Amino acid sequence: MLDTLKEYFSFPFVRYAFVVGLLIALCSSLLGVTLVLKRFSFIGDGLSHVAFGAMAVAAVVGLTDRMIIIIPVTVIAAVLLLRTGQNTKIKGDAAVAMISVGALAIGYMLMNRFPTSSNISADVCSTLFGSTSILTLKRSDVLMCVIMAVIVIAVFVLFYNKIFSVTFDENFSRATGIPVNKYNLLIAVITALIIVLAMNLVGSLLISALIIFPALSAMRLFKSFKGVILCSAVISVICAAVGIILSILYSTPVGSTIVIADMSVFFLFWIISAFTGRNKT
Amino acid sequence: MSEQIICRNAALGYEDGIVTEGLDFTVSTGDYLCILGENGSGKSTLIKALLGLKHQVSGEIKWCSGFSAGEIGYLPQQTPVQRDFPASVKEIVQSGCLSKTGLRPFYNKEEKKLCASTMKLLGIDDLADKCYRELSGGQQQRVLLARALCATRKMLLLDEPVTGLDPKAQNEMYELIAKLNKQGITIIMVSHDIHAAVQYASHILHISKKQLFFGKKSDYLKTSIGKSFLDSEENNHA
Repeated sequence: MLDTLKEYFSFPFVRYAFVVGLLIALCSSLLGVTLVLKRFSFIGDGLSHVAFGAMAVAAVVGLTDRMIIIIPVTVIAAVLLLRTGQNTKIKGDAAVAMISVGALAIGYMLMNRFPTSSNISADVCSTLFGSTSILTLKRSDVLMCVIMAVIVIAVFVLFYNKIFSVTFDENFSRATGIPVNKYNLLIAVITALIIVLAMNLVGSLLISALIIFPALSAMRLFKSFKGVILCSAVISVICAAVGIILSILYSTPVGSTIVIADMSVFFLFWIISAFTGRNKT
Repeated sequence: MSEQIICRNAALGYEDGIVTEGLDFTVSTGDYLCILGENGSGKSTLIKALLGLKHQVSGEIKWCSGFSAGEIGYLPQQTPVQRDFPASVKEIVQSGCLSKTGLRPFYNKEEKKLCASTMKLLGIDDLADKCYRELSGGQQQRVLLARALCATRKMLLLDEPVTGLDPKAQNEMYELIAKLNKQGITIIMVSHDIHAAVQYASHILHISKKQLFFGKKSDYLKTSIGKSFLDSEENNHA
């Protein structure tokens, strides 16, 4: 088994996939805690569908660097969705549902009518479930991913206390003169960036799992915000590593394997918390 | 006594209508002002205006003698999100210092010291590493009060501070607020508990779409509006 692994890891594309996978898992888990606590879990889901739609448009237009379209579209959608959460005629959850299914429909329509390769269903499937795209990463993709991950982590560390305050109590933060809306915007933009990145790893349908499972697992057992964040980061990275390795060994789809690993940890933590009775909820 | 907030004939509201008007009152250093009113009388809108988060439609609200809206320590009502929030008491109290940090990403020694002394003042220093969601309602309110005190020592604005607490915890909370007031911290409390208002406050502001009364507590009790409100509340309690 180790020999098989060693053989696989001698290929650069496998190493790239591994590095990128871990970085994405780390970033998404950091933000996941905030999103879950702010009751924004669904935004991740909505945005991933928007990213799928944008990807389809980029593919049809025939751009070599699809990120030029995907990133701005997703960021704009994130900003709009956060706005709708506050006060509009269409309620936040309905707006998310509307935008996400709309983007999904348009995306599939475009891919179907203007196919870029002969095998449409494989194309769609890999965008939705990220089956092979992570193994086709180029050096430049990896570099891009590393830079984005560094930005996300740096922003998170530098604004850690502000993010905590805005997550825990917007009203109080606003009253003491913290520009809450700016920080919400920051969170939205970073979320959008992470989702675009994570599409490579698990595909657009499974991204939410990467964001919410580690956070929910950590919340079962840990009592402080810092503890929850660190724990969810560790869970996420370990699950991504295990998932990628298992998918190589047993040639299972990468995305699903990682998500199932995350789910297993969640149930494990859930059982532990039920037995120790430390968690009232 | 120096004035901290002066409100002159102010009207508050939203684009589609005025919520409350004719507000005319003064808050001075060391006052204990209780704002009374039924639900929907414009109390929460007034809070936003006092915190400087909402501009008045007409009239004037002035923060004076080197005092600004950002220097009000605010104790908001709890939201459902907070009740199961995984955070330690210390983390929450420290977040009160956030406005002092500016662009600096972390808390310095001075701010950590301030947190420790504030927790001691409110008798929650032994809870520092406890999880917020596992505390009792009274303890949670103390934690939020400590956070507000970390933000400022000049004025506290309390929004229904005893809602959801059992009678014993309510009394403890009121006593604690009275103690802080004696130390020179100005208190503005929004409440519909007239008995507590009568017992602890120095001034009363009674609003209901418009200002019904502002003045000393002793004067309020002599007015017909004060008497009738007290009576109706008494009947409710009986």
